[in-house]
Amino acid sequence: MSDTKNFMFLNRRAPYGTIYAWESLEVVLIAAAFEQNVSLMFVDDGVYELTKGQDTAGIGMKNFSPTYRTLGDYEVRHMYVDKASLEARGLTADDLVEVEWEDWETEESVDNIVEVVDSDRVAELLEESDVVFSF
Amino acid sequence: MPIEVDGKTLETDEEGYLVNLSDWVPGVAEVMAKEDDLELTQDHWDIINFLREYYEEYQIAPAVRVLTKAVGKRLGKEKGNSKYLYGLFPYGPGKQACRYAGLPKPTGCV
Repeated sequence: MSDTKNFMFLNRRAPYGTIYAWESLEVVLIAAAFEQNVSLMFVDDGVYELTKGQDTAGIGMKNFSPTYRTLGDYEVRHMYVDKASLEARGLTADDLVEVEWEDWETEESVDNIVEVVDSDRVAELLEESDVVFSF
Repeated sequence: MPIEVDGKTLETDEEGYLVNLSDWVPGVAEVMAKEDDLELTQDHWDIINFLREYYEEYQIAPAVRVLTKAVGKRLGKEKGNSKYLYGLFPYGPGKQACRYAGLPKPTGCV
């Protein structure tokens, strides 16, 4: 389809405390219906959105972290995480959820579409995007 | 508008979705289906149960497209299409089946 654009959702904030992370996730879920190339980027405190083992019982908010794991079903092909942001917070790829992707017709699959990338690549990916939504 | 299920009064929102997801029992689907003049078969329950499992795992109600693909994969290709799902749930598999399953309305569903 010629009018397919590369959409990049840039996530920069911690998952709770503000509504940004959840709003971003909801827009991503909706965007999937429009058959665009959707990618997500996590930088700064946004990397916390993908951490495993979140428990929101103490703050009385819904824990939406399991929802990221279904994004492959919503045809999100790439979830990039900024390496420097991870390192600055003492985190590694092992602390992050894994998201599987599968083409249901061809059964082509990717075990994990979450990818840690360096700052140069972050800049490059943002540059390549047609539309960047920043949250 | 609250509904009566197994002698208990359960709160629903203005569109008929359960307010408290934890209130759900199979009787909820039965009562809601009866109000819609629909008789639930095993085929309906397969979808309702799938929705509940999906929600349990991912904490959202799936978009119809995702539901359709997942049903095709889990329950057989002949069932993974909107014609089949609308046949079971004429008000829309997203809206109606999610309501019966005690889930919120799918994101992006108007």
